[in-house]
Amino acid sequence: MQLARVLGEVVATMKDANLTGSTLLVVQPIAADGSDAGRTLVAMDSVGAGVGEHVFFVRGREAAFPFYPAEPPTDATIVGIVDHWDLA
Amino acid sequence: MILAKIVGTVVATRKDERLVSSKLLVARPMDPRGKPEGSYLVAVDTVDAGVGETVLIVSGSSARMASGMKDCPVDAAIVGIVDTVEVREDAR
Repeated sequence: MQLARVLGEVVATMKDANLTGSTLLVVQPIAADGSDAGRTLVAMDSVGAGVGEHVFFVRGREAAFPFYPAEPPTDATIVGIVDHWDLA
Repeated sequence: MILAKIVGTVVATRKDERLVSSKLLVARPMDPRGKPEGSYLVAVDTVDAGVGETVLIVSGSSARMASGMKDCPVDAAIVGIVDTVEVREDAR
């Protein structure tokens, strides 16, 4: 899983039937110091995250698991909202 | 998923039999502001997208979960046509 910051929202009326009703958010992966790390992407949301929040998301085939037994075609899903993180 | 702009179509007469009658499009990944980034890719279209449209592309094994793509040899599928992308500048 990766830390990220939610930058915005995507609206798509015409989409795969299994994506109906889902929230699609633009996320920016970040490093441990909070700086941008890599390209932005669009992730499904399974926890009610909002713009400006820090989250962590899962990539790959596992991104569909939070919606089991539905199998939406997603390769990135936000699975947690980060309250804070500490580095030793 | 990534945002991309559709820039063309692919015609392939000889292809894997599980790709017969799939529509293949050439897409250019872009950032939320529309700036192109990365290299072009070929994606299977499952939502009737067209050239010039902004779309959502799902990559990897998740692409096989797109409608009608079960057990097909694909690693990129277009699963949505984007109406708007709203980025809050103070969230940068």
